Amino acid sequence: MHRDEIPPGTLYLLILKTLARSGELHGYEIANSIQQTSDDILQVEEGSLYPALQRMLIKGWVTAKWGTTSGNRRARYYQLTVAGRKQLTVEMSDFQRVIGAIARVVEAV
Amino acid sequence: MIWLRELARRLSMLTHRRQFDTDLEEEMRLHLELRQQQQIESGAAPDDAHTTARRRFGNVTSLKEKSRSAWGWEWFEQFVDDIRYALRMLHKSPGFTAVALLTLALGIGANTALFSVVNGVLLSPLPYQNSDQVVSLADWFPGYGESSSSYPNFLDWVRLNQTFSSLAAYRRDSFNLTGQGDPEQVTAMEVSASFFPLLSVDPVLGRNFSSAEDQLGGPPAVILSGGYWKSKFGSSRDILGKPLNLDGTDYTVVGVAPENFYFCCSSTGFRLSDVYITIGASKDPPVHDRHIITIRAVGRMKEGVTLAQARADMDNVARSLGGAYPDINKNSGIVVTPLQQVMVRDVRPFLLVLLAAVGFVLLIACVNVANLLLARSTGRGREFAIRTALGASRGRVIRQLLTESVLLAIAGGALGLLLASWGTRAALAALPSALPRANDVRLDPHVLLFTLIISLAAGVFFGLVPALKTSRPDLIGTLKEGGRGSSGARYRIQNIFVIVEMALAVVLLIGAGLTIRTLVGLWTANPGFDPHNVFSFRVGFPPSIGNADPNTVRASLRQLTEKLAVVPGVTAVSLTTGAKPLDHESGLIFWRDGQPKPPDEVSMPYALWYRVGPDYLKVMKIPLIRGRFLTAQDDANSVGVCVIDENFAQKFFANEDPIGKRLNFSLVYNQPLQIVGVVGHVKQYGLDETTEAPMQAQFYMSPLQLPDDQLKTWAMPGYVIRTEGSPSAFAGAVRDALREFNSKAALYQPETLDSVVTRSLASRRFAMILLAVFAGLALVLASIGIYGVVSYIAGQRAHEIGLRIALGAQPSHVLKLVLGQGARLALLGVLCGLAAAAALTRLMTTILYGVSATDPLTFSAVAFVLTCVALAACYIPARRAMRLDPIVALRHD
Repeated sequence: MHRDEIPPGTLYLLILKTLARSGELHGYEIANSIQQTSDDILQVEEGSLYPALQRMLIKGWVTAKWGTTSGNRRARYYQLTVAGRKQLTVEMSDFQRVIGAIARVVEAV
Repeated sequence: MIWLRELARRLSMLTHRRQFDTDLEEEMRLHLELRQQQQIESGAAPDDAHTTARRRFGNVTSLKEKSRSAWGWEWFEQFVDDIRYALRMLHKSPGFTAVALLTLALGIGANTALFSVVNGVLLSPLPYQNSDQVVSLADWFPGYGESSSSYPNFLDWVRLNQTFSSLAAYRRDSFNLTGQGDPEQVTAMEVSASFFPLLSVDPVLGRNFSSAEDQLGGPPAVILSGGYWKSKFGSSRDILGKPLNLDGTDYTVVGVAPENFYFCCSSTGFRLSDVYITIGASKDPPVHDRHIITIRAVGRMKEGVTLAQARADMDNVARSLGGAYPDINKNSGIVVTPLQQVMVRDVRPFLLVLLAAVGFVLLIACVNVANLLLARSTGRGREFAIRTALGASRGRVIRQLLTESVLLAIAGGALGLLLASWGTRAALAALPSALPRANDVRLDPHVLLFTLIISLAAGVFFGLVPALKTSRPDLIGTLKEGGRGSSGARYRIQNIFVIVEMALAVVLLIGAGLTIRTLVGLWTANPGFDPHNVFSFRVGFPPSIGNADPNTVRASLRQLTEKLAVVPGVTAVSLTTGAKPLDHESGLIFWRDGQPKPPDEVSMPYALWYRVGPDYLKVMKIPLIRGRFLTAQDDANSVGVCVIDENFAQKFFANEDPIGKRLNFSLVYNQPLQIVGVVGHVKQYGLDETTEAPMQAQFYMSPLQLPDDQLKTWAMPGYVIRTEGSPSAFAGAVRDALREFNSKAALYQPETLDSVVTRSLASRRFAMILLAVFAGLALVLASIGIYGVVSYIAGQRAHEIGLRIALGAQPSHVLKLVLGQGARLALLGVLCGLAAAAALTRLMTTILYGVSATDPLTFSAVAFVLTCVALAACYIPARRAMRLDPIVALRHD
């Protein structure tokens, strides 16, 4: 199956949106969620989530705390903060503006 | 505020780095395992599942790195690593570390010590509020230059100026204190009531002077200095309101000045006053005479007034005074100078030369350590080749080497700080009168900052060249050679270092040599009198004599001279008041009798005025050139006579015989004085007196011939006696003679003229001793440097030398080989040094006297000494090379 790289700069948006939809998730769940929601089209280099999550922790968009998985294993769960929610709207509107612009260009007769 | 919270998160990560690593590790492991499990569940083989999980995850190590580096602390971690590594390396070679540390400690310590002096004396503001508004004011007379002023003139300054919020006059005096135990002499400063408020000084006890106390006839009041209050009265608060009897007058103690209050100008010496009294109430007639210049003044400029404005204002004041009192003030001016400049004017050139010298010492120390590092880094070439081969960038290697050298420098700086705090105290204690503002010399934050900066700069300076050289990526060569160099070119930097070091040492030694020659010249210079075996003192007359009628005073003076003359071992005695060489200045204007009187006092010449007894020439061993000196017969009943010095004769009687001519001193004498003799010139202003000194003409007359009104204030006449044997042993006998003369007379200021001469050279001696110490330090460091490099190169060439010996080279040949190499470096260094010194010593001419800045004797002696020392330093490794066992040397590889 052909899998597309995610467009550059959208990883934050994907993570933010995923967390906004699902509440608390650990890294593996975030990767799976992005993949499944996109019907397996978006392929994240799964490890690259972690540096991105660190940067988001620094920015204060997400917080992390340790919990246990259903399989009874220790995992770090990430959760959106208020600042993260604000950032999501910013990124969403940026994204929509860009997509809209691209669409107008390609669909122009 | 967002960035602040972000910073807090970053900092918390920094403090929990270990936790961070394990957390990240665990998180990623969980991810990989879950993915692997998911693959197995969907039917993959365990091995494949593992590979897929890893492939989908990416490079774990690099992702961990990325996650960490997101927090931005790599530089810090590398820094910590570098320091840890540097400490380990320094610990591994304790010999190197010790030598480098000691060298740097000496270099940085000497700089810190001297900077703390320069900082305290020259740079830091005076300890008065808004001290940059405080200036010194002095009169200026054509043909004379800057001068003291008269008190009436000062009062006009106060009245006429527009730019000063306050002005205060001051002058030094001393008094005979009685009624508080044994009579004693106190040094006093007579000041305006505005003096303390102007300097923003509040009394620690009591109050400042009132303006009523600063008037003629006002209530006599005294303020004690903090130091005197403590030493004399045990800091007793009861002293307030009590009377203090000074020269027979009771002064009420109204206040005590703070102990740390300090005020001095070079003209008043660096000594502090014991007590302060008001100048306006002074009963000394000269104070209130516009013709007599007795005071100096300070002023506080109004807020916002610049120095230029104040100067322009005082120019106007001077002009209007010139119009009002043309006979005194015509064409005279008023000089306004920042007080700080006036205070430090005499020592500034010394300190600047010393600062330059000590900078050189640090340079030499740095070069030495750089050399050591270079020698060591050649040994470590392999270590860095491996690091580079493993992917360390050149910048990273340099950073690590610089961390090492800066660490060394900072440790050396800390040690140097200890040396400096001890050394400064020792130097100031040894030469207390050499510097003004000695109280202000301390290790304050400025000094600490200075030390930190020079340490860092030194670390980078001596670390950079070795680091650049070591990091040069000649991997293959170094690895192949096994880390041992043999090619000649690699010593080039070391050789240059040695040459530079030698050259710096030459410059310093020459500077020190010139200063020493100056001082030796001054010691042996003929001051015009012979200070050896002369005992000098003052006598405190009780009021019963001091305030008596003129004839009683004359009789007492004569009687006391006779009493002193019969003390066993005393060969001559003379009263001396007025001007005294190296000690006290007193001048008088005159004009030649028979010539028209000049229109005003400004146009009259000045001469130094010595009032002495008939035996003065015998005591001081001043030669009589013509005619006769004063005799005991020149008294109140005979015709007024005077004796002039050779400069006087030459200047005012160029082609005539002065004997028999008459001089008018109309300020003091109604009748002209007849010249009866000519004597040798005396260096009044110090052994380094030049022909530019303001008053060159000198004249002598008998105090017994002074008019009655001049004999009113005779509280403390001075005496000089010539003794057989050590003069300091005569204090007891003199005191006995005084007691016999009058039980209430006291002995003050007993000292030998030799010590007066020594004191006059204190600043120069301070500079000379320090320069000599710095030069000695430079000599030692430079010899260590050349020794180190020559033995290092000889060691590196052991293989070659062994081969030569095995092939039959004579030991003398080997000696010549190694010694020749050192000698070449030393000579080159000495030559460069001589050239540099010829250019640089010109900057120190202000502190030289009687010796040229390019004195050939000093230059050649230093060149010779330094070459010898360098050869001696090279001889040790040369001899070692000579005795090399060829078998050992050859097998070593």
